[in-house]
Amino acid sequence: MEFVSKIFALAIGAIFVQNFVLMRFLGLCPYIGVSKKVDSALGMGMAVIFVMTMASTITWVLQTYLLVPLKIEFLQTIAFILTIASLVQLVEMIIQKLAPALYKALGVFLPLITTNCAVLGVAILNINEKFSFIESILYGLFAGVGFTLVLVLMAGIREKLDKAEIPESMKGMPIAMVVAGCMALAFLGFSGLKL
Amino acid sequence: MTTIIYSVAILGTLGIIYGLGLAFASKKFHVEIDPKIEKIGEILPGVNCGACGYPGCIAYAEAIAGKNEEINKCAPGGENTIKQIAEIMGIKASTAERRIAVIHCQSGGYNNTHLRYQYQGIATCKAVVLVTNGPNYCNFGCVFQNDCIAACKFNAIRLDENGLKIIDPVKCTGCGACVKACPRNLIELVPVSKQVHVLCHSYDKGAEAKKRCGNNTACIGCGLCVRKCPVAAIVLEDNLAVIDYEKCINCGQCAIVCPTKAIYDPKADNRKKARVIADKCIGCTICAKKCPVKAISGELKKIHTVDPEKCVGCEICVQVCPKDAIEMI
Repeated sequence: MEFVSKIFALAIGAIFVQNFVLMRFLGLCPYIGVSKKVDSALGMGMAVIFVMTMASTITWVLQTYLLVPLKIEFLQTIAFILTIASLVQLVEMIIQKLAPALYKALGVFLPLITTNCAVLGVAILNINEKFSFIESILYGLFAGVGFTLVLVLMAGIREKLDKAEIPESMKGMPIAMVVAGCMALAFLGFSGLKL
Repeated sequence: MTTIIYSVAILGTLGIIYGLGLAFASKKFHVEIDPKIEKIGEILPGVNCGACGYPGCIAYAEAIAGKNEEINKCAPGGENTIKQIAEIMGIKASTAERRIAVIHCQSGGYNNTHLRYQYQGIATCKAVVLVTNGPNYCNFGCVFQNDCIAACKFNAIRLDENGLKIIDPVKCTGCGACVKACPRNLIELVPVSKQVHVLCHSYDKGAEAKKRCGNNTACIGCGLCVRKCPVAAIVLEDNLAVIDYEKCINCGQCAIVCPTKAIYDPKADNRKKARVIADKCIGCTICAKKCPVKAISGELKKIHTVDPEKCVGCEICVQVCPKDAIEMI
């Protein structure tokens, strides 16, 4: 029971309280770039969930069984990036094969998950927070879910904004920035949660 | 020392493992891409102007290769591009006539505009028309902040010494960017072979339009051109003559009768009359049938004659004659 409640706290923490996009300000590039349509936002979110979960798993194993015993922890960043880059390549190939439409919709942002700091962020946080193996995987998963949630919410709002009457100079990116700010303020409300 | 060896070994091994994994995956998830898309993409101009209706040249190339889209939609590419694409796709080229932009206003220069006021503000046409309808006294005329020039990606619009915009018919690709940029809707895309234009866009009543036009070339809606046009290609819409380019035969009769010179005909001074060359005429009657003003007469298998009084010099007979038996003199 204690384990379940711990996982629950982890989930709420990763998705709402310490949301990667709106509270930690990681992964802002796809947050603005791929949030024009709900469909592609959802696809991007799924890709990020997959990459984050896999990256958490592999990097935890790497850190615990290779880097720490051999005392080469200073290689953490480069080894993690290598892992993440390969994973993204893999995801890209899979998506291109299985969902060409999604591949086109995501465009350049798919390979850019490589440099999405949210992915590296979750990998490094796992280590810094001294999570266990299971916790790391779940934290990666929940971080991805939090990212997807925010991305889809943003895409939903921006789809409505397209039909709204907005002054010419505010159309597109400027209003998206304003919305992003408002969403961040809203998520600030979760920071009061004590878990 | 061991640290260095470990570092190199670990990173090297990781790299090799990931590399092999990706190599395997790329074989497993290999996707065939139509080589035509790439080839067509290379031929298209790559300016991503959007004239074809697609968000960029590559998207258009994909539509051609994948969805059997028409191949003649690329305005900037012109005929050459169409031919090349036709070769790749193995189909016949169906060339649409090239269209170029025409500005339907002769005012807006430094010395041929009645100014309402001196404008000193944001220098775009869009901003200018918001300030009590622009500095041009004519409510429909050019406001000379040159949004069209800024919108043109091909440097096809230049200013002459009077500050009037001149469209270079060679450089203009008919992409329509200037048409969208003009807040006064003065610019229209017209087939390049049509050369007679109403260069006025004023819907004001005759006297009012004339008073406001700094160039004295306003269309006053008198309707003389409508009556003179041999093919009924001109109609009056709210005190403005408008040429239907589908019907227009380029004869320039409207320009001759226009009392305010609002209609422009580049060939105005050297319109020639058709004449049948007796040696070559075989009496096929095609020219007589095609003549819009019934100026050609003659019976089947006999030499035809052109009535110079009726002939308007549209040159249609020259184009249709199978034996090149008609000349313009």
